[in-house]
Amino acid sequence: MDWRRFSFIALIIAVLFGTVVLIGMSTESPILIIGSMMATTIAVATPLTLGALSGVFCERSGVVNIGIEGMMLSAAFFGWLASIYMSSIFKFSLAPSLIVGLISAILAGGLFALLHAVLSITYKVDQIIGGTVINILAVGVTGFLNRQLFFDKNSIFGGQVPHAPGVLPVIHLPVKEVLEGLCGLFGSSPECIVTADAIGKVFDQKPIAIAAIVLVALSHYVLFNTRWGLRTRAVGEHPKAADTVGINVVWMRYANVVIGGMLAGLGGAYFTLESVPSFEPLMTNGRGFISLAAMIFGNWTPFGAWAASLVFGASQALQINLQFFRTSIPPEWAFFQNSYAVGQIPYILTMIILTGIIGKTTAPAADGTPYEK
Amino acid sequence: MQKKDIGTILKETLLAAKEAMLVPLLAVFTAIVIGGVVIAVVGGNPFAAYSGLFEGALGSTKALSETAVWATPYIFAGLAVALGFKGGLFHIGAEGQLALGAVASAWVGYALPDMLGVTIPMFIHLPLAIFAGLLFGLLWGAIPGALKAYTGAHEVINTIMMNYIALNIVSFLLNGPMKDKDPNNVIARTPEIALGARIPVIFEGLRIHWGFVLALLVAFLVWWLLWKTTLGFEIRSVGLNPDAAKYAGINVKRIMTLTLALSGMLAGLAGTIEVTALNYRHELGFSVGYGFDAIAIALLGKTHPFGVVVAAILFAAMRNGATRMQFLTQIPVDIISVIQALILLFVAADAIVRYIYRIRQSGDKVVLTRGWRG
Amino acid sequence: MAEEKKIVLEAKGITKQFPGVLANDHVDFDLREGEVHALLGENGAGKSTLMNILYGLYKSDSGEIKVNGEVMHLSSPKDAIHHGIGMVHQHFMLIPVFSVTENIMLGAETDHRAIQSDAALTRLDRKEVAKKVSQLSDQYGFKIDPEAIIGDLPVGVQQRVEIVKALYRKASILILDEPTAVLTPQEADDLFRIVRELKQRGVSIIFITHKLKEVLAVADRITVMRGGKVVGSAEPATTTEQQLATMMVGREVLLTVDKDEAKPTNEVLQVENLHVRDQRGLETVRGISFHVRAGEVLGIAGVQGNGQTELAEALTGLRAVESGKISLGEKDLTGKSPRAYTETGMAHIPEDRQKHGLILSYTIADNLILCDYYKLPFSKNYVLQQGAVDENARRLIQEYDVRTPSPYVSAGKLSGGNQQKVIVARELSRQVKLIIANQPTRGLDVGSIEYIHKEIIQMRDQGVAVLLISAELDEIMALSDRIAVMYRGEIVTTVEGGKVSREQLGLWMAGAHPEKI
Repeated sequence: MDWRRFSFIALIIAVLFGTVVLIGMSTESPILIIGSMMATTIAVATPLTLGALSGVFCERSGVVNIGIEGMMLSAAFFGWLASIYMSSIFKFSLAPSLIVGLISAILAGGLFALLHAVLSITYKVDQIIGGTVINILAVGVTGFLNRQLFFDKNSIFGGQVPHAPGVLPVIHLPVKEVLEGLCGLFGSSPECIVTADAIGKVFDQKPIAIAAIVLVALSHYVLFNTRWGLRTRAVGEHPKAADTVGINVVWMRYANVVIGGMLAGLGGAYFTLESVPSFEPLMTNGRGFISLAAMIFGNWTPFGAWAASLVFGASQALQINLQFFRTSIPPEWAFFQNSYAVGQIPYILTMIILTGIIGKTTAPAADGTPYEK
Repeated sequence: MQKKDIGTILKETLLAAKEAMLVPLLAVFTAIVIGGVVIAVVGGNPFAAYSGLFEGALGSTKALSETAVWATPYIFAGLAVALGFKGGLFHIGAEGQLALGAVASAWVGYALPDMLGVTIPMFIHLPLAIFAGLLFGLLWGAIPGALKAYTGAHEVINTIMMNYIALNIVSFLLNGPMKDKDPNNVIARTPEIALGARIPVIFEGLRIHWGFVLALLVAFLVWWLLWKTTLGFEIRSVGLNPDAAKYAGINVKRIMTLTLALSGMLAGLAGTIEVTALNYRHELGFSVGYGFDAIAIALLGKTHPFGVVVAAILFAAMRNGATRMQFLTQIPVDIISVIQALILLFVAADAIVRYIYRIRQSGDKVVLTRGWRG
Repeated sequence: MAEEKKIVLEAKGITKQFPGVLANDHVDFDLREGEVHALLGENGAGKSTLMNILYGLYKSDSGEIKVNGEVMHLSSPKDAIHHGIGMVHQHFMLIPVFSVTENIMLGAETDHRAIQSDAALTRLDRKEVAKKVSQLSDQYGFKIDPEAIIGDLPVGVQQRVEIVKALYRKASILILDEPTAVLTPQEADDLFRIVRELKQRGVSIIFITHKLKEVLAVADRITVMRGGKVVGSAEPATTTEQQLATMMVGREVLLTVDKDEAKPTNEVLQVENLHVRDQRGLETVRGISFHVRAGEVLGIAGVQGNGQTELAEALTGLRAVESGKISLGEKDLTGKSPRAYTETGMAHIPEDRQKHGLILSYTIADNLILCDYYKLPFSKNYVLQQGAVDENARRLIQEYDVRTPSPYVSAGKLSGGNQQKVIVARELSRQVKLIIANQPTRGLDVGSIEYIHKEIIQMRDQGVAVLLISAELDEIMALSDRIAVMYRGEIVTTVEGGKVSREQLGLWMAGAHPEKI
């Protein structure tokens, strides 16, 4: 990652964090605010990170995938549906319901991705149109089933949305305790305790969020240090060359697209299994597209995409954390009271990044071109 | 080479028409069949559903009128996307452009007379309202167009972002300064527009209005623009081969910006229609889904203005009939979305339809878009 | 001759049909151990198709292939590689953003290990493979840095990487497809030396080319293909260029162009100290100055990649100019748009006809007005006048002998030669002062090549200035009145055509300085 992009990311994050701190300073300790912002940022960036990773795998193998939004939406719906089925109809308890939901979400993402693969690779449909078809199909299917199953009195659920089992719990790593213990060694000053608390907050994350970070590192290793990654990248840069050394271009592309779909599925699971235990039509709200911008800005690398996702996550975290300080926003900051205005930030940020002012990026050379023998 | 006689020309045109329409027709047919299967699976009766659909869409004069009414914004939105396609640009911005165009027209419709303190006569008020819609649609299209032309930023993501930004703005306006302050109103919508800003209906008692005629006229204009003028030649050239277009002396960047601006204008016009002919106000959420619908309509109509008109009428018929279908059979209207998605699937992957029905591919495949590097 | 060497590769009755063209028609071909067998034929003769079948990239419709006596079913390059067949393609199969090592290990990631692995997630051992690559390249005297990124390497070195790639996979049969297309004459000689060395080490080589001189220089046996069939064979010792050319084309071919003495007048194009950057921001035209006079052909000789592409683009307004001046007939056109150039009387036959020259989906008629659509009579007040367009199309198709059933066929359906004719018709039918012809006959059949050469000389005789840029030295030497040699973005020297030898030009093209000859 070159210094220009890195400094831009650092700048934006500093600005976003700084804004919250300045607004909330009168109510809370700055360090706690920062810790809380960091924690929220990491959590909220989860679907973006996973969406961006999905894009990285698909596009590195040469298939443009703008259907990530649809894959996430369908995963969110089917994961949620499965968990509700498990708990309401089969009377399972929370944990197995959620696990079944998780698996269903990942499978749903993979299945939609398989459709995208068939359209793009075998039928050589224009990939952007194919991705749009996925998105439209996802909206239609989830909308239809949502209405049919939960608002129709004749359905299994009797026209009511059953009580959702809940969401995945936070996994508490004893960071805060360890740091507090360290503080004790140096006199246990109140500032130290507060700092420990703040840092501890950052490490209290839910399973999908943690998985996302682990997957970033794993993806990097796979992409740049294994045979799979070498072949994937070859197929995305110069498929003919890969073909001439005996690599099955079609198989590599199919596999990577489905892997991408499963990653997007995990990202979709975040919405209904980790964030809120309910489904709203169109609840992904553009996150799939913002992931694409993160992927582009991260120059199609896992760590780059992650950094960009954190930036977008921070802009969303800004909006969330400002809620806490609603009542105490000083009059000069009234702009930030307007949630419409603040809500625009991620989208405007995306557009600025796409202009390439922050640095040009290079897509894999064969990205978007169907392979003809 | 001889000059062709009228008989040969007629035969060739019919053959070309059959060629062009065969796959879309079969796509629609296949999607309807699959839709029927889906209905059956969730416990409904496909035949009852489809007959309800048909009745609601075309079964009476009123139904026909309603179909035409709903077709009007679809025609404009479909033309918007089709024009973009011809220029090599794929955008999903119809939703935002439509919403902003609608809001602008609505403002002119209800706020301007109050501001000026007079009743504005129709021959001024209506064109003004329409112009406002055109202007804002044009603006909202020109921005991603210019960004694509001058920075290379892909228009798909940018138009989607612009949609969210537009919706945010409209949300803010409709829940705030532009909200209908009538005490019986709780939803986010503008007040009704003045009588002078409304497009008149064609027949008493039916909702079909002159905007429909305007839509047909505009479709013809778009066709004429693309194939009979130098600007259209330039747009199509840029769409097919920007390198050769550059060599031909065409200012590719300017044309790209112009294409999306014109496209935005058409989408803005769709929003104007909602305000001046359908609801006589703008309601939050009206524009949702128009972006994707417009794409489906444009592709189903093979990105040709006349095809777009036919496809738009088809989609309008389905939407219109769906309400009746739901009333009669309890099948949710969302099944239409599934069917429409399937139609789009089959049109986009026409190879699938060809394979199922054993039709041979003729003619060259035209590349519609080119990945991230445009 | 010594006892017959054994046959290592044999193809019998190979037939391959593509939509609309029978690429291979019952072709028989064999290769003996340790020989260099050249496959000669003009563009479109079916040579590459045959080789792609031997390498497993295509499947033949009928016929059989035997390697070392055993019948093989080659269904993918993996099979071919497994049987010791390696191929160096005309357009390199290298990934520009990968390093040399990564390119070589692609597909053979664990070959260097004692125990090979099929695991997808197996680790990449870049360092070990790099060591083996160095060893292998040292054996042949190649100087290849295993860590270098392919995109940064000159073309000649890239070709060596391709050869090492095949040798790394223990190829005993090597197919070279038009390997000298991108080399200077000196580099080509170098390649022949490598080929001879490979022969010594027992590698059998198939050498595909359309260049008569090469075939006589390097081959042990020659097989000639034409129109998908094998039409004859020969041995270098007992044949001549003329005989081979006749076999290649099927009729008597003029190997030289008939032309009168040039009568140049005033200067039409003046280029002063031109600097141009390429896509990546590197300066590829570094201070070029020259002029072209009316009634003469200035040929710019040079191997591809020395800045010719960017020069042509700058001279036609397609690329921005860093610094310097371009004047066309007294007008300063530096940095102006392509339209300014065409309106001042410039015609351009582009290097990549499908990219810059034509819109393939448009009809021939529309392509013929591509540069003039906005002018009378083709449009009036921004409205296209179809009648005038049609009339123009009919006239030009006749005049320039474009083979097509109607003007409304889309250009993409035409053969390469006819596509080029459409471009030539469009460009030369204008009022032109200057023609820039960039690789005008690349990929064309002999008939089209002759036609275009004739047109160029005709234009010259009518007083037009012609700038010819070509990587085919024969073409430059046949057509040019003056020759400028371009190397690494600079003009090395300019000489009178006809007064300089191939060898001299070749040396200059490789970067030697004029004084040193």
